[in-house]
Amino acid sequence: MRKQIAWGAAFAATAALVAGCSSGDPEPAETSAAPETSESEAPAIDGTGAELVIWTDAEREEALATAAEQFEADTGATVTLVQKNFEDLRNDFIAQVPTGEGPDITVGAHDWLGALVTAGVVDTVDIGDKAADFQQVALDAMTYDGQLYGLPYSTEAIALIQNADLVGDTAPTTWDEMIEMSNEAGFEDRPFILFTNGTAGDGYSAYPLQTSFGSPVFVQDEAGSYTTEVGMGGEAGEAFAQFLYDNGSAGTGVFSDTIDYDTSNQLFASGESPFILQGPWMPFFDEGDMNLVVSPMVSAGGETAAPFVGVQGFYLSAQSENALLANEFLTNYMATEDAQRTLYEADPRLPALSALAEEVSADPITAGFVESAAAGVPMPSIPEMGNVWELWNAAEIQIITGADPVSTWNDMVAELEASIG
Amino acid sequence: MTVETGAPRQERDLRESHARGWRGVGWGFVAKLLMMALVNALGLSIIFAALNVEAWGILVASTALLIAADVIYFMRRTLPLKYIFPGLVFLLVFQVFVLGYTGYVAFTNYGTGHAGSMQQAVDAALIQDEQRVEDSPTYPLAVVDNGDEIGFAINADGEVSVGTETQPLEPVGGAVVDDAGTPVEVEGWEIVPRSALFTDQDLQNQVVALRVPVSDDAESGSIRTRDGSSGAIYNSTLEWDPDARTLTDTETGTVYEATDTGNFVAADGSSLPAGWVVTVGFDNFVDAVTDTALSGPLLKVTLWTFAFAILTVLTSFGLGLLFAIIYNDPRIRARRSLRTLFILPYAFPAFMSALLWRGMFNREFGIINDWFFFGADINWLGDPLLAKVVILWVNLWLSYPYWFLVCTGALQALPSETMEAARIDGAGRWRQFRSITLPLLMVSTAPLAIASFAFNFNNFTIIYMLTEGGPPFPGTSGLGSSDILISAIYSISGVDGGVANYGLASALSIVVFIVVGIISAIAFRQTRKLEEIQ
Repeated sequence: MRKQIAWGAAFAATAALVAGCSSGDPEPAETSAAPETSESEAPAIDGTGAELVIWTDAEREEALATAAEQFEADTGATVTLVQKNFEDLRNDFIAQVPTGEGPDITVGAHDWLGALVTAGVVDTVDIGDKAADFQQVALDAMTYDGQLYGLPYSTEAIALIQNADLVGDTAPTTWDEMIEMSNEAGFEDRPFILFTNGTAGDGYSAYPLQTSFGSPVFVQDEAGSYTTEVGMGGEAGEAFAQFLYDNGSAGTGVFSDTIDYDTSNQLFASGESPFILQGPWMPFFDEGDMNLVVSPMVSAGGETAAPFVGVQGFYLSAQSENALLANEFLTNYMATEDAQRTLYEADPRLPALSALAEEVSADPITAGFVESAAAGVPMPSIPEMGNVWELWNAAEIQIITGADPVSTWNDMVAELEASIG
Repeated sequence: MTVETGAPRQERDLRESHARGWRGVGWGFVAKLLMMALVNALGLSIIFAALNVEAWGILVASTALLIAADVIYFMRRTLPLKYIFPGLVFLLVFQVFVLGYTGYVAFTNYGTGHAGSMQQAVDAALIQDEQRVEDSPTYPLAVVDNGDEIGFAINADGEVSVGTETQPLEPVGGAVVDDAGTPVEVEGWEIVPRSALFTDQDLQNQVVALRVPVSDDAESGSIRTRDGSSGAIYNSTLEWDPDARTLTDTETGTVYEATDTGNFVAADGSSLPAGWVVTVGFDNFVDAVTDTALSGPLLKVTLWTFAFAILTVLTSFGLGLLFAIIYNDPRIRARRSLRTLFILPYAFPAFMSALLWRGMFNREFGIINDWFFFGADINWLGDPLLAKVVILWVNLWLSYPYWFLVCTGALQALPSETMEAARIDGAGRWRQFRSITLPLLMVSTAPLAIASFAFNFNNFTIIYMLTEGGPPFPGTSGLGSSDILISAIYSISGVDGGVANYGLASALSIVVFIVVGIISAIAFRQTRKLEEIQ
C-alpha cells in the first residue's frame, strides 16, 4: 500500500508541476465508479487498482496479451506486459527480484530452475487437480526437489527430420539403416547433418546419440529427479566417445566442426543431405514447401535415443507483492485449455497440456516432434548443469576433430566431477 | 563586456540575465521557473521511487543533488556553478556511480547462489521447504476477520471450520456456504471479500503469510491459501531463529547456521541452496591469481590481450600509413576516388564484418580455404594459433582505413617548407621520412594510437562475433585461447547463461580499468616529449 501512496504522491507532484495549473485528479476515476457487486456472484472478483507485471519475450507477448485482456475484463486489474529478450529474462529476473524491481510473473525455460532456486527468487506453484491435465514430462521438468515451481505451457525436443523427396518417406530405425539409406540415395559425402555450433561443439544436439549408448549426463534417481552424480563415465561413455571419433574427421567424416546454425539450415534446405537432427524451430517448417518426415531419433548404441526435452512456462516471483492475484492469473487463467491454445496459436510449440498436444498431433510433423519428446528426458535443471556445457561441448568437438576419444572423454568427466565437488 | 568606470549599480543590475528576476514581461524568469519545476518533478519522482524500494544510497544522493540544483539556480553567488553543475551531475551518475558500484560488487560474492539479502535467503529456504501434504484435498476457503485478527474459514465436506494463526481449525455451526462451497457467512466473523484482498496489498501479504494449524499437533500441518479462495494442508519442517541466525529442520534436527560466506551450512557440511550477498574483501582478487583452474587460463588471456591490442595498433597503423604515403603522392591518378574506396571497411558495421569473415573462414564452406588455399583443410577458427591470426587479420582489415584517413590528413598538414628545406639539404627519401615526416606525424597520431590501444584492449565485439573466445582451453575455466580479458569477464559473469560470478567479473574489470588507465597515463606522458620536436 505504501508503494502506491509513494508513487501516487510522486505522480501527483510530477503531474501538477508539469501541467502547471491542471486541477485534475491524477488517480484514475474508475476507483469509485464500480459499485460493489453483490457477494453471491462470487467468481467475479474485483481487482481494480491492482497491477500485475509480467515479463515476456516478443513471441509470447501477443498470446499473453489475449489472456491478459480476458483477465483484465474479468477482474478490473491491470496486467502490464514487459517485453524483453528471452536470453535476458533469466539474469534480469535473478538480479531484479531481490531489489524489489522484478515482475510478479515471468516467462522462462525450465532449465533455469536451478539458478532461480539457488538465487531464491522463485515461488512454488500449486495447480492442484489441474496437474492431471498436463504431460508428466512437463511437470517433472518444472519440479525441483519435489516442489512444482512453474506452470508449464510448452515442451520441445529435437527429432530426426528427413527429406522425403530424397530418401522416401519411410523413417529409419537404426543409425546404420539411416546411413545406408543415405548412401544408397547418393549422399555418401554427407549422409547426416549433426549441428555442432561450429567449432564450439553442442552436446545438446548429440545427446540422443549419447543416450542411445546408455550414458546420461547426470544419473536420475528412482523418482526421476537428477542427482549430482555424473553418469557419463565408464564403458558406455567411452563407447559413445569412440562412436563420435569413428564418425568424425579421423573416421567416416559424418560429423564435422563446420556446421553452425545457418550452415545446417542451408545444407538441409538445399538438399545436400537427407537427414538432420533438429528441432521444430528450424525455418523450413514455416515454409511448408519441403516434403518432410519427422520421427524420433534413431539409436546408434542400441538403447533408446532420448533427446533433452525443454519445457517453457511461467514462474512466480518469490518477492511478489501481489501473490494472490498472480496465483489467480496463473492457475485460473493461464492453466486453462483456452489460454494455452491461444499461446499455441501465437507461438506454435508443442503444448504441455495433454489434450492440446493430442489435438495438434493431427499434423504429422507435429506428431513426430510430440513422439520424440515423449521418448525424451527433461534437461537437468540442477545448477551443476551450468558446469557441464562448456566442458562437454569442448570434449565432443575435440573428439570429432580427431582427439583421442577415450582419454579426452574421461578427462572431461574427471574435470566435471572435480568442478562439481 | 564593457565596463564603464563609475557606472551606477543600477546599470549592472539591468545587464543581469533575464532569468534572474521578474522585469517587464518576465519570460526569462518564467522559462527558468518551468525548467526548474521539471527538474524538481524529476528529482522528486526519483526520491519517492528510492524511498519506495528503500534504496537509501540513491535517496541520499538524489536529495543532495536536487537541493544543490535548487540552491545553485536560485542563488546569486553561485553563477559559475550554473554552467558546471549539469556536467557534474552526468559525471557523477554515469561514471562515478557506475565505477563505484562495480568496485562495490568486486568485494562481494554476488553471483549464482548469492543474489539477495539474508532475509530473502531465509524466505526462499522457507518457501522451498514448505510442501503440500500428499493427498491433501483442496478446500473452498474464505478469509475472515473479527476485528483483531484474520483467519481462514474452510469448507471440508460440508463442515465449515474457522481458525487463525494461534487458534487451530475448529468447526463452527450455522455457517452458510454458496454454490461453489465457499463460506459466505460465519457467525462471529466477517467475511473479507476477495476483491479487498487484491487491492489491499498489506492484507494480501498477511493472507499469503497466514498459516492456520489444522490441529494442536504441529506435525499435522497447516492450511495456507495461494489465491484467497481455496486452501490446502501444507507441512513445513524448517524453523527460522532470527536471533541465533539459524534454520532448524524440526524433522531431522539438522541446524543450518549462517556463515560469513553467505550460506546456511549444517554441521555435516551440507548447505541450503539459496545464499545471500556478503562482502568478501579481496577474495575475488586473490582467487583470480591463486585458483589454479582460473589463474593459468587468465594469465594466458592477459598476455594475449596485450599482444592483440599492441599488434592490432602496430599493424593497422603501419598499413594505414603506408597506403597514406603512397596515395598522397601527386603522381597517382584518381587519388580521391581511390581514397574513398579505402574507407569502405571502416564504414561497414564491425560486427557485421566479423560475422561475414567468420563465415569466410569456415573450414569446410568458407571461401578462404576454397579460393586461396586450393580447398585445403585449414581449421582457421578451431586452432588456437590460427584463431588468433584470424582475429588479427580481420581487425587489421577493419581498422587500417581509420589510420589511412588519419595519416592522410596528418601528411597533408605537414609544413611543406620543412620538407623542402630537407630536400635542399640533400636528405634522401628514407631520411626525410625517418627524421621529419614520422616524428611530425607522431605528434598528432600518437594520442590516437593510445586511444586505439585502449579501445582494442576492450574490443569485445570482434572476439565475440568472430570466435566467441574459442577454441576453448582444456579444463574447467570456460575460457578459450582467443579470449581477451573483456570477453573472459563476460563469460565469467555468466551473462551468457552459465554459472555467474559477478563479484569476480567486477574484480577483473577493475583490474582491466587500472591497467588501461596506467598504460594510457604513461603513454600520454611520453607523447609530451614528442611535442618538444615542434
